[in-house]
Amino acid sequence: MQRAERLKSVASSNALELSGVSRVFGALVAVDNVTFSVTAGERRAILGSNGAGKTTLFNTITGDFPPSNGRIRFFGEDITELPPYERIRRGLRRTYQNSQLFRGLPVLDNLYLAVRGVGRRRMSLLRPGEDHPARVAAQQLAHAIHLEDVADRPVSELSHGQQRQLEIGMALAGAPRFILFDEPAAGLSPAERRELVDILKALPTHIGFIIIEHDLAVALQVAETVTVMHQGRVFKHGLPADIETDPEVQRIYLGGRHG
Amino acid sequence: MTIAIQDTAVRSPANVALHGRIAKYGLLGLALLAYPLMASDFWIVQIGAQTLFMGTIALSLMWLGGYGGMVSLAQLTFAGVAAYMVAVFGVSNRPDISLGWEWWAAIPVALLIATAFATITGMLAARTEGIYTIMITLAIAVAFSLFCRQNYAIFNGFAGFAGLKPPSLFGLDLRAPLPFYYLSLAFAAASYVGVVYVTRSTFGLALQAVRDNPRRMRAIGFNVYAHRVAAYAMSGLLAAVGGLLLAWFNGRISPGTIAAGPCINTLVMAVLGGMVHPIGPYVGALVFILLQNFAIDLIDPERFNLVIGVAFLIIVLASPDGLVGLWQRMTRRRPEGGSSQR
Ligand SMILES: Nc1ncnc2c1ncn2[C@@H]1O[C@H](COP(=O)(O)OP(=O)(O)OP(=O)(O)O)[C@@H](O)[C@H]1O
Ligand SMILES: [Mg+2]
Repeated sequence: MQRAERLKSVASSNALELSGVSRVFGALVAVDNVTFSVTAGERRAILGSNGAGKTTLFNTITGDFPPSNGRIRFFGEDITELPPYERIRRGLRRTYQNSQLFRGLPVLDNLYLAVRGVGRRRMSLLRPGEDHPARVAAQQLAHAIHLEDVADRPVSELSHGQQRQLEIGMALAGAPRFILFDEPAAGLSPAERRELVDILKALPTHIGFIIIEHDLAVALQVAETVTVMHQGRVFKHGLPADIETDPEVQRIYLGGRHG
Repeated sequence: MTIAIQDTAVRSPANVALHGRIAKYGLLGLALLAYPLMASDFWIVQIGAQTLFMGTIALSLMWLGGYGGMVSLAQLTFAGVAAYMVAVFGVSNRPDISLGWEWWAAIPVALLIATAFATITGMLAARTEGIYTIMITLAIAVAFSLFCRQNYAIFNGFAGFAGLKPPSLFGLDLRAPLPFYYLSLAFAAASYVGVVYVTRSTFGLALQAVRDNPRRMRAIGFNVYAHRVAAYAMSGLLAAVGGLLLAWFNGRISPGTIAAGPCINTLVMAVLGGMVHPIGPYVGALVFILLQNFAIDLIDPERFNLVIGVAFLIIVLASPDGLVGLWQRMTRRRPEGGSSQR
């Protein structure tokens, strides 16, 4: 019910459309002819064992690595050839599996730069006042990711969990329309996981996302649909309840994790 | 109730830190201003003024290395370009080469050309990382010094230029110890304040972010290369300011002043003091210049490099962040400069 309302509130278009996307590294086909689409505002989980090609798929979507084959559309526009920063300006965001933060800078400055990066005039010799719009936006982001109390601390002094939260905050800067989360819960304690789920659930409803998540429990709490990848291909797609009980998924997913 | 609220407002950590900083800078400023009143000419100029302008050249390296993550050996070269250019455009002992411009024209042109030189160096060096940056900047430094030595038409070859002096303002002889000291102090203070200010500007923050994670900076929409080149340009301007004073202090500029050895000394000063805070290069320059002036009384000048080398090793091994890093750890406070300063 809730989901239906949310999907109605945004255009019924696709946020992301992948057709025949592949990426090869030498002889290795890391992503193999992947075709799927995600509607605007939809929240999708991608499951898959280690090396299934999940991160590589993200890299082709964000432009970190161009795909070897296939086309990628973002809200109807073909972005296959665009450099990463152009995709950012169109509202596409990502987080990294290993936090990519500015360790020497305080939390607030990390967020501030993420906000400035999206805008114009990025090379100013002036100090931004605390009432500068980007500064205010950074404050709000710190609040949204529950890091207000440590906003002035350098990243190097944060716990792992706090760094993962900041990683999410960086992706929320500007006006994101669609976010790719790469294993945001990796290495988190159960309490930190709950906090993460709270943050993700509190995101504005028009923001859709794909979340790569090994922890089925986390994935199922925040995602409406699930795609399972295996050996670079889309292996299964469906509703969480069906995926959870699918014997083939059980075998491959759990087998891949532990075998 | 009201009293309690006021109390917390006044004693908030940010306020205490701010007041502490104002007190600290006030004391330091007073000490620097009063210093010449109780020192001899040797201590005012040879130690005091020289520390201030060599420290400024080392500061240009601290800015580039500490905030930008780029270690350049060409900083003294940028200073040398400025020194040569005031000689060429201004007044020297070679009126056949020097254009004899007024100081207010010659000085800005010299600063501009040195900044442009640093920008071009940056365009070459910013494409490289780590050891390659050091190599390419060293190559540029050595090449420029050799070029000056062989070019007689503009750079007057081996002899270089003599007869360089600061302008006389309001009938004041800026070469006299006291005025020269205060001139050096003014330039150093302006450079220091400039660096501290820019460090917290959007550009300064972005530069530190480029140092920490260029990949993420690119991903969030910044031009990493442009930031690096701009950092070189600013370091060139800082070094050039020091270079003017260096030329006036010596009264001359020649290829030997900007040879590879002195270029490396700039790095030694910055590292000795510590690349973690803009005060570091000045501390490093002071220690270096004290050693330079007094070690030769104890051992013969040829051994000076041994003394400075040993001092360098001891300090760097004891504290990779140099003397300022050591001080910060001893006083158990978080580093205040640059990255974590609020
Ligand atoms: N830059 C690269 N160069 C060469 N091979 C790569 C590169 N990136 C990924 N691969 C290979 O592509 C395959 C898929 O890797 P990818 O990181 O996409 O997997 P993943 O599903 O994200 O796995 P994990 O759960 O471990 O994060 C792996 O075999 C990996 O070794
Ligand atoms: Mg991965």
